[in-house]
Amino acid sequence: MAMPLESPISFTNVGRIRWWQRGIFASQTGYVLLALAVLLVVMHFASPYFFTEGNMQNVAKNFSFIAIATLGVTFVIITGGIDLSVGSMMCFSAMITSMVMTELSAPGSPAGSLFVHMAADGKTVLANVPGLILLVSLLAGLGVALLAGLVNGFCIAVLGLSPFVTTLGMLSIVRGLGYVVSNGRGSFPGGPDADYFYALTSGDVLGVPVPFIYLVVLAVAMAVMLHHSAFGRHVFALGGNEKAAELTGIPVVRVKIEVYVICALAAGLQGIIISGWLGSAPANMATSYELNVIAAAVIGGANLAGGIGGPLGAIVGCVLLEVIRNGLVLAQVSSYWQQTLVGVIIILAVLVDRIRSRMI
Amino acid sequence: MTSTEATPVLELTGIGKEFGAIRALHGVDMQVLPGEVVGLMGDNGAGKSTLVKIIAGNFRPSQGEIRFAGSAVHFNRPVDARGVGIEVVYQDLALADNLTAAANVFLGRELKRKFGPLALLDHKAMAARALELFGELRSETRPDDLVKQMSGGQRQAVAIARTRLSNARLVMMDEPTAAISVRQVEQVLGLIHRLKEQGVAVMLISHRMPDVFAVCDRVIVMRRGEKRADKSIHQTSPEEVTALITGAKEAA
Repeated sequence: MAMPLESPISFTNVGRIRWWQRGIFASQTGYVLLALAVLLVVMHFASPYFFTEGNMQNVAKNFSFIAIATLGVTFVIITGGIDLSVGSMMCFSAMITSMVMTELSAPGSPAGSLFVHMAADGKTVLANVPGLILLVSLLAGLGVALLAGLVNGFCIAVLGLSPFVTTLGMLSIVRGLGYVVSNGRGSFPGGPDADYFYALTSGDVLGVPVPFIYLVVLAVAMAVMLHHSAFGRHVFALGGNEKAAELTGIPVVRVKIEVYVICALAAGLQGIIISGWLGSAPANMATSYELNVIAAAVIGGANLAGGIGGPLGAIVGCVLLEVIRNGLVLAQVSSYWQQTLVGVIIILAVLVDRIRSRMI
Repeated sequence: MTSTEATPVLELTGIGKEFGAIRALHGVDMQVLPGEVVGLMGDNGAGKSTLVKIIAGNFRPSQGEIRFAGSAVHFNRPVDARGVGIEVVYQDLALADNLTAAANVFLGRELKRKFGPLALLDHKAMAARALELFGELRSETRPDDLVKQMSGGQRQAVAIARTRLSNARLVMMDEPTAAISVRQVEQVLGLIHRLKEQGVAVMLISHRMPDVFAVCDRVIVMRRGEKRADKSIHQTSPEEVTALITGAKEAA
């Protein structure tokens, strides 16, 4: 047994994993990305309109409308959880944002007098500090998302309730609260800061829609967080083996609460952006969007069993869904087929991954 | 390797544990010396796991005292036990399959580098240190490979390498050879020898008689919550240990 410990180990029996067997090349995300590339080429030949600038802008904008929430739900899925409340959360955050904005912009009301005053002509409402109303209403919208995320996280991580049931309940609670505060009516962003609001949510910079810019920034931040921070490592460990995570001293409860809060905040932000594009926050906004969001995450390679997923996959899933929708419209196929096809693709994507992992 | 005058790494006196009306452990005294490999044997329900969990800080003992390296210790959580230098290799190894070997070794103790306000993972340093540890254990394990793709022996090496991060002085291994192939059992026993060479005390909890007799210096047999035997491996035989475990022989 007296071997010199300094001699380097030689790998005689253990081969190196080839580059195509690791990383993105061995993941569902890689295959779906390939399928997307093929689909784009097919679309190019099928319709001359597909690669026009206008259509591309449209596609970019449309998929950005669910992609930010998909990034959030991907965090939760990686830990092995699920969040069904994202659709309702989008609506509620958007609603609170525009209601607070309208409320604060009413001159004469107790809250409004702090923020606005009447111009000399007696008709125009002017902000005391430009942009402050916008800031406060955005914080209010994201604040309610934060609260809902905390409640989700607390119930799941501390009380040990199942994520499916907890977030199903939250779906209903938040949607119901939306109806309660609005009385079933939609709300509209109004007041002196509304122009800023529209510029920030549905404007564009040099022809690039702003939601797309937010998406790229958030996706990069998420990639850094997941792969280069201890938090990200713990998120993956939690999805891979929760018991191991606990035994190695990872703060499991805290990490779980954090992912549900991140998810709720992403959904809230997404809702606010959508309401800017719609110009209002109707009480039935984003109904059943949670299914699109989860479908996009799963198509992009996030594993509902936990432990696998990432921002690239989330975006690829959203793009694929949107390109198919867009393609079917351009090809003048009845839009009813879209949903059927999306279902087929969800199953196909997971099936291809299953076949691949059996082959290795 | 062992000398009688050395301070014991671990010293238990009169350890007992009750769960409600059930007496799981009663009056257990034992000592583990540095660089000693002690086999802990016993049938299911003999109190082995309870004892291990008390030493690892999962439970607090109802009676008795734990001394570690000469001073009395009280553990409230597993992290406390780890803090003084007790590491446990759990039966299911507590590995996250979807992470790399290096990531698993450093799980919960990641090395970080500061980038302004951000503390990002230092992948290079972790991979280098993990490779060093695998080298010490003479295991052909690449730090960047996923644990999912590894053999049982490699997984065991990853789990053991984790215990080497903090210069642990006592490593407890719960059934490390229960679920792996014959060739891999060889490797694991080799890993235990490696720990012993470095002066680490090892407590091996196992059902497998040949493994215990292959690596242990001493064997402790538990039965019905009590210590029934504590003998040097040279003064006993597998037959005697079997008799002690089953109760055919009361004590030795």
